[in-house]
Amino acid sequence: MSEKIAPDVEAGSWTGAIRQRLATGLPIERLLPDRQPIYVGSWVYVFGVITIAALIWVIGSGVVLALFGPQWWHTTSAGRFFNSLHFWSVQVFFVFMVLHLWGQFFMASWRNGRAPTWMIGAVTFLISILAAFTGYLAQQNLDAQWIGVNAKDAVNSSGLGGFFNVLNFGQMYGLHVMLVPIAVTVLVVIHIVQVRVRGVVAPMDAPREES
Amino acid sequence: MSTIERAGAIRTAPYDLVKELLIALAGTLALILVLAAVLSSPDVPSVTIQSWAQKQPVDLVTTATGELAGSTVSAGYGAPYNNGSGSVQKLGFFTPQSWAGTRLSVDPAQDFVLKPLQAASATNPDLAAALSQYNGASDSQRSGWLDAYSKALKDAKEENGQVVVAKGDYGPLLVMMASLLQIARAGALDGYLLSRGGFYQTDYTRPLLFMGDGSYLSSLAEDQHLLGNQWGMMNETGSYPGQTWLWLYTLWYQIAPYNGNANADLMVVLTMLVLSLALVMVPFIPGVRDIPRWIPIQRLIWRRYYVEERSGQTERPAGGVTGSSVPSGS
Repeated sequence: MSEKIAPDVEAGSWTGAIRQRLATGLPIERLLPDRQPIYVGSWVYVFGVITIAALIWVIGSGVVLALFGPQWWHTTSAGRFFNSLHFWSVQVFFVFMVLHLWGQFFMASWRNGRAPTWMIGAVTFLISILAAFTGYLAQQNLDAQWIGVNAKDAVNSSGLGGFFNVLNFGQMYGLHVMLVPIAVTVLVVIHIVQVRVRGVVAPMDAPREES
Repeated sequence: MSTIERAGAIRTAPYDLVKELLIALAGTLALILVLAAVLSSPDVPSVTIQSWAQKQPVDLVTTATGELAGSTVSAGYGAPYNNGSGSVQKLGFFTPQSWAGTRLSVDPAQDFVLKPLQAASATNPDLAAALSQYNGASDSQRSGWLDAYSKALKDAKEENGQVVVAKGDYGPLLVMMASLLQIARAGALDGYLLSRGGFYQTDYTRPLLFMGDGSYLSSLAEDQHLLGNQWGMMNETGSYPGQTWLWLYTLWYQIAPYNGNANADLMVVLTMLVLSLALVMVPFIPGVRDIPRWIPIQRLIWRRYYVEERSGQTERPAGGVTGSSVPSGS
């Protein structure tokens, strides 16, 4: 008969250990709280959630564009409209992500053990720039041609040109519609979980209110 | 029921994160729909070698002649395309471009000019004879023809789609370039430069390098304020916002010691690498991490909290979509 290390976890069970770790580290009450600290009351807090909302529309419109293929938006009005949705959702995404970043900087949100949250957020910003860059290269229009012809010199100077060829549409398109969006999405999920685990940072001059 | 509770040392108030996200989704969708419907999105058609040949045949022939003479950017580029050194950047001993080596082999004279002409010569005896003469000539003979033809092209004119130059000893070049222009105008050169032997093609390295060597593509980019000295990196065609988030990257190209420097790209890449790393490591950099205390914008962000703390008012909700104030975010 197997031994139990906790009331509902079998000894030696990796699955049970992970479940127990999640249950103690990220209980559902912390993941989806219905209350927040009293100091959570500024429009700055809205920038993050708007960034997430815009990202959802970026991905949604991008999925439609990917479904119909890279030529579709050049030749149909429906395609052009979905490209416009994609274009403007990207603009909104970046505007609010930058506002979120500046807001969190001036709130010094890395305090009290939240440095990893800041670091993942900053990496997400940088990977998002890569996502947008590959998107601009995958447009198949004059803008994409010119960006590619110019950007190759910077990429080549770093020694990466032979591996990350900005003139190779297939490579840029594959990166843009699959690999980089997955990276951004995973990083955003990790970032949100980090925020939920640590909670929202308290005001700098507040007495220590955090548990 | 009171909205304020104490959980240990933390005072909390009701807050509906899910409702907040749904409102944000609806709000951003409305904004994006309006922007897309009213402003659409930019899409200036791509340039083809065919359109280049039709609009500026002299530039195309001049570029092709430069490829044969080895005087174009691509011809002397260096890694990752060939063994040249003209575009290889370095800072002292640090030259990652050279270290990476030639990984995307491109021989502009052969790939952009001679191989397409060889393919076209199968049905063109005059071209076949011209190619035979060119390939059989000595290096000095070819250099003489190319030098004379390059000089003549500076005063060349376009007549009925043909490039006309003053009479001179250009050897087989007149026939070769007339043929190249002919297949380019027909659109065949676009397909030939794209082809790598298979049926499906997605790699535009060769046609883009060839077009980049000419001045037609850059003249169109200049019209769209996309050149490097026009902050082109962050611009978009038309009057649309582009990659404005690249403003810092673009900035370096506008100022000394980066602007006009032969190694500017490498310098900018390294600068941005350091700054990107610094952004990630802000929590650990003394001075930078203290800026929020020196510039107390946080007093504005948490203004209401500080006011309530001072006045001792703690019985109002923190806000959010269930309260009277603004919501929380992640």
